[in-house]
Amino acid sequence: MKNELFAITTYCTLHGVEQSFINSLKDEGLIEIIMENEDEFIEEEQLHDLEIYTRLHHEMGINTEGIDAIRHLVHKLREIQAELNSLKNRLKFYEEG
Amino acid sequence: MAYIDYYKILGLNKDAKDEDIKKAYRKLARKHHPDLNPNDKEAHRRFQEINEANEVLSDPEKRKKYDAYGENWKHAEHYEQARQQQQYAGGSGQRMYDQEFSGDFGGEEGFSDFFESLFGRSRSGGHGGGGQVKFRGQDYNAELHISIKEAFHTHQHTLDVNGKKVRITIPAGIENGQIIKLKGHGGPGVNGGPNGDLYITFVVEEDPKFKRVGNDLFTTENIELYTAVTGGEVIIETLSGKLNLKVKPETQQGTKVRLKGKGFPIYKKEGQSGDLIVTYNVLLPTNLSKEEKELFRQLKELQKK
Repeated sequence: MKNELFAITTYCTLHGVEQSFINSLKDEGLIEIIMENEDEFIEEEQLHDLEIYTRLHHEMGINTEGIDAIRHLVHKLREIQAELNSLKNRLKFYEEG
Repeated sequence: MAYIDYYKILGLNKDAKDEDIKKAYRKLARKHHPDLNPNDKEAHRRFQEINEANEVLSDPEKRKKYDAYGENWKHAEHYEQARQQQQYAGGSGQRMYDQEFSGDFGGEEGFSDFFESLFGRSRSGGHGGGGQVKFRGQDYNAELHISIKEAFHTHQHTLDVNGKKVRITIPAGIENGQIIKLKGHGGPGVNGGPNGDLYITFVVEEDPKFKRVGNDLFTTENIELYTAVTGGEVIIETLSGKLNLKVKPETQQGTKVRLKGKGFPIYKKEGQSGDLIVTYNVLLPTNLSKEEKELFRQLKELQKK
């Protein structure tokens, strides 16, 4: 099933972001841009992440390099949380005897 | 419903400049924003406070109203009405009475009753704006309690999400605390934007007979003294049905037996399972007859020789 595409220009207008910000995300490899008839689009699958990057940049003043580092750290954080959860379950067993 | 000190929340003085407010908000947002604190309810709650404070203090109109009424917020609407009536009628002035404001705590966007009492439910536009702004719907979080028996098998479950029935398939082997994302089952998108996602946290209830550690299951089985001493067979209940176990002669109390592949199914790895570890609990006989007691006494004498 083909993913729905969202026009980058529309996204920029609606969210008040500059094209240069989108370009920097693309250059950093954080998003993938699809070209169709010389217009730029993004797949719906990536929209959630793009909105997060927009918030990080506009609400928290974080640059694209920082966004990349944060993305990596949050991913690791989720992995650690899952491992911690598993360990807590195991510990509960031994504490109960 | 108490007064909220937005300046205190952002760590600012009342004469803070716009630039200071923006700086303070961004600094606190970087610390408490949900995007940077996954699965942290306390951070989320704290961010809602910070966000609301910023919503008011960074908007000149809202800040002016907040500064004007502040701790007298209960009377804000009536003072506004009185002021408008005075302007309209030429300044006769009327005495207004108190009115209790009521409403649910925390609207859809997480604003307090205090905020909504002063500013109503409508929110000033974020970045962008305009009548046809398309936004992705909000993500929902839910908790689902299942038994260990249910977690053992792949099964379907129907959830009620804000009045809408959602049927999901829960794969075998789901662990306590595990989170599953259901794409598009969150809040509706705004103006045709995509729906948010639904995050379900599973709580696997404790079982009196089986304990789970990772993909291994632990259970205790009672066996008779005679079986433990002379050997035999015992039928045990497992989560996948009955099992016939051979008990070796002279099996000691607390002996553990590992049954490979009879444990918990490994999540999303069909055909693979952990092990079942059975601990034998040897039961001493009770209500012995005279003859049985005599035989035990003879056994005891034999041991001494």
